[in-house]
Amino acid sequence: MSLIQKSAAELGALVAAGEVSAVEVAEAHLDRIAEVEPKINAFLHVDREVTLGQARAVDERLRSGERLGPLAGVPIAHKDIFTTRDMPTTAASRILEGWRPPYDATVTRRLREAGLVILGKTNLDEFAMGSSTENSAYGPTRNPWDLDKIPGGSSGGSSAAVAAYQAPLSTGTDTGGSIRQPAAVTGIVGMKPTYGGSSRYGLIAFASSLDTPGPFARNVLDAALLHEAFSGHDPLDSTSIDAPVPSVVEAARQGDVAGLRVGVVKEFGGEGFQPGVQARFNEAVALLESLGAKVVEISCPSFATALPAYYLIAPSECSSNLARFDAMRYGLRVGDDGTRSAEEVMALTRAAGFGPEVKRRIMLGTYALSSGYYDAYYGQAQKVRTVIAREFEAAYHQVDVLISPTTPTTAFPIGERADDPMAMYLADLCTIPSNLAGNAAISVPCGLADEDGLPVGLQIMAPVLGDDRCYRVAAAVEKALESRWGGPLLKEAPAL
Amino acid sequence: MTTTKMSYDEALDRFEPVLGLETHVELGTASKMFCGCRTMFGAPPNTQVCPTCLALPGSLPVANAQAIESTIRIGLALNCSIAEWCRFARKNYFYPDMPKNYQISQYDEPLCFDGYIDVEVDGETVRIEIERVHLEEDTGKSTHVGGATGRIHGADYSIVDYNRAGIPLVEIVTKPIPGADRLAPEVARAYVTELREIMRSLGVSDVRMEEGSLRCDVNVSLMPRGSSEWGTRTETKNVNSLRSVERAVRSEIERQGAVLADGGRIVQETRHFHEDTGTTTSGRSKEEAQDYRYFPEPDLVPIAPDPAWVAELKAALPELPSVKRKRLQAEWGLSDLDMQAMHNADAIDLVEATVAAGAPAADARKWWMGELARRANESGTALAELPITPAHIARVTELVASGALNDKLAREVLEGVLNGEGTPDEVVDKRGLKIVNDEGELSAIIDEVLAANADAAEKVRSGKIAAVGALVGGVMKASRGKADAARARVLILEKLGVSE
Repeated sequence: MSLIQKSAAELGALVAAGEVSAVEVAEAHLDRIAEVEPKINAFLHVDREVTLGQARAVDERLRSGERLGPLAGVPIAHKDIFTTRDMPTTAASRILEGWRPPYDATVTRRLREAGLVILGKTNLDEFAMGSSTENSAYGPTRNPWDLDKIPGGSSGGSSAAVAAYQAPLSTGTDTGGSIRQPAAVTGIVGMKPTYGGSSRYGLIAFASSLDTPGPFARNVLDAALLHEAFSGHDPLDSTSIDAPVPSVVEAARQGDVAGLRVGVVKEFGGEGFQPGVQARFNEAVALLESLGAKVVEISCPSFATALPAYYLIAPSECSSNLARFDAMRYGLRVGDDGTRSAEEVMALTRAAGFGPEVKRRIMLGTYALSSGYYDAYYGQAQKVRTVIAREFEAAYHQVDVLISPTTPTTAFPIGERADDPMAMYLADLCTIPSNLAGNAAISVPCGLADEDGLPVGLQIMAPVLGDDRCYRVAAAVEKALESRWGGPLLKEAPAL
Repeated sequence: MTTTKMSYDEALDRFEPVLGLETHVELGTASKMFCGCRTMFGAPPNTQVCPTCLALPGSLPVANAQAIESTIRIGLALNCSIAEWCRFARKNYFYPDMPKNYQISQYDEPLCFDGYIDVEVDGETVRIEIERVHLEEDTGKSTHVGGATGRIHGADYSIVDYNRAGIPLVEIVTKPIPGADRLAPEVARAYVTELREIMRSLGVSDVRMEEGSLRCDVNVSLMPRGSSEWGTRTETKNVNSLRSVERAVRSEIERQGAVLADGGRIVQETRHFHEDTGTTTSGRSKEEAQDYRYFPEPDLVPIAPDPAWVAELKAALPELPSVKRKRLQAEWGLSDLDMQAMHNADAIDLVEATVAAGAPAADARKWWMGELARRANESGTALAELPITPAHIARVTELVASGALNDKLAREVLEGVLNGEGTPDEVVDKRGLKIVNDEGELSAIIDEVLAANADAAEKVRSGKIAAVGALVGGVMKASRGKADAARARVLILEKLGVSE
């Protein structure tokens, strides 16, 4: 088995044992990136020398006897929405083209401290606004399962890189499903931690009250190891939770659901759901029962209002968060020819620098926050958010976790929904409620849809700081399914 | 824009003013409101900045606990209620000196609300009700280069210093103040003066209007006498001294009076005060209210001060200036007028400190309000800025009381201290200013003076004791002020064989 096929846990163990160097592991992955990147376009930035420099430094730290975590020497693809001192950070927007941050995000810093080696910065929907990575200013990323299909979004570069064996691990951010949906449609594991469980410092904000950094990996244990490496309280993020990180690695190793109470969300199934998705989901429910879980159906009627509430709250926050891109201090500057006022330069820059989806959301949010409309839109959406959180709470009195398909459909063709925002927004139907409530949720592969042979994801949701439950159930499902399949789902993916 | 004015008296005969004051106080915290940057005034431009106060992508605010505590203390000193739970809010508008293009402020949930302070004007106590006290961040400072007005429109280019961006700012808003009537300008000034002293006594800000750490916006409207319906108000900015507060109110009353008397309509607008002319000119119209799209700041958690902690802060408040003034006036036995004069001269704290350093109150007051006030006035500095301390004054009064110095020598000592020649004792040594206490030396001087002034000596001998003054004066002159005048008088009378 070549280095690129190994899990992150295996690579970490090999490096720790001195059987392979961090430099060798990085080189193998950089070679893979060079080989398949023309087909995938997962990365916005790769700098071989910077990456190998990081790998050499990790080898040196290990040689000098420094005790690093289980992922020391393991390479990672980093979503280009986290600031990095040694690589540009663009959020896939023209307005930040070439910007080199003078500081590392907390997530970036913790990756470095744990000895992870950053392979490059991955593609995304501009400012994480989208579900297909088609909204990147630098071209779409392709799904390794079918190059004509989307890899999900907004963290589509990160999901594709892991699914294409360009990296064993990657980072993502999940605002309305931007980790779980790409994980589902590329056949990998993606976790949205509890809001506040992972730091937003240095994460370029889309919607502050929803944005949550989280891990991608090809298996549940690797995801948990990465989750543990970068999570935990950060005094630089006021909304970060000052509590110990749930014991996610232990839960991922346990993978036992005997006696666990599992609720199937009644509203997330049936009409509007692709038959192949529904079939795999139903099998997963039966599987959990066979493993000893007590499965009941739970109705969450308010979840139907989650999508409209989300499309008021997220754009409102983004309309304000993106105001700072004004050509004054950094990034693109258009029309500054000495004849125009600062105001005109700001307007020209923003017109040229933001893509259509970003502009759409800024307009939506500006409108929703306007005097006279605030109560009807933003205020009302916040009330809906409270109702949804209460409904989750009530559900978690009856069950330990809730489950649903991660997405209503498998990966759709590139271009199919690009001009139909409403259809695009539906991709996040099942994932958004957990964002609004700040809960933990994971997507784990549960098979291929019969009609298109593309991956289907199972979503497991848990209450605030119940992240370990997500990993426990996901690990149990993964173990049972892989023994049935005779290996991971990804081995079914076509060669690139 | 009209510049026609009506006389103040005429305007007040026909109209009644309603005031409102919005005061911004920069807190003197060591670090900024939402990041760890320093807050030193006058540092080189853009040297006290970081990702957060420059609003770099990805940066986040963390609220300054000291600033929250100071704001609560201000609220308590202004007799406000303190919110048990409140949030920051974003005020959204684009301006180049505001890095995020929104200001983190507070909107409908201020930290402190519903308070009051009493101010005294012309012996009358006026209660000013406080609407709210909230916490926010300052913007950067723009300098507009070129163009006539120093404003952004018409400038060739602008430069921005972000050192000020993110400095904690407390906004104190009064409720509308009707009923000040003819005293409106004085009431406005007295209110700002009182606020300034409260801030100083709390130690939360250096409240220097000239450095912008205390800034005041003055709202004025007029209503016809007999009416109870308030008129349209204007908001005058750029009011940078206590005197300007008074002048701005007066000027707006005169201007609005002329407009209304002419059948005109007051435009709701921002006006700018001009120090040189004492008048205001039209700025931005507020008729179409700007929509700031306020919403709760999602990057920060709510503030929920523990009521027990608030009670502790309240119990630990220092004696407030108005209470302290009453106490000191009684202790020092001063008239209202004397006390008011000291208040106006900003001398109360200095006198108090001098008394605390051992000087009698009357002497302390005499020096600060006399010689030192004169020197401060001459050099155009504030009394507290003089390079002399209350301890120095206390030492000088001690030297006078012990007979080592007389008043004239004491003034010379003060001059030496102000010149940077050292402590009073050092100045006495260096300048050789000790009173002549050597009886032999003094006796010799007296003999010379008596010989030179035989006429006066004869008058005294013949019983005209009042004439001794001229002889004492002669001794003082001959000793170049170093003689002890009282002792000299006794010796002269002795020598002339006269007893009182």
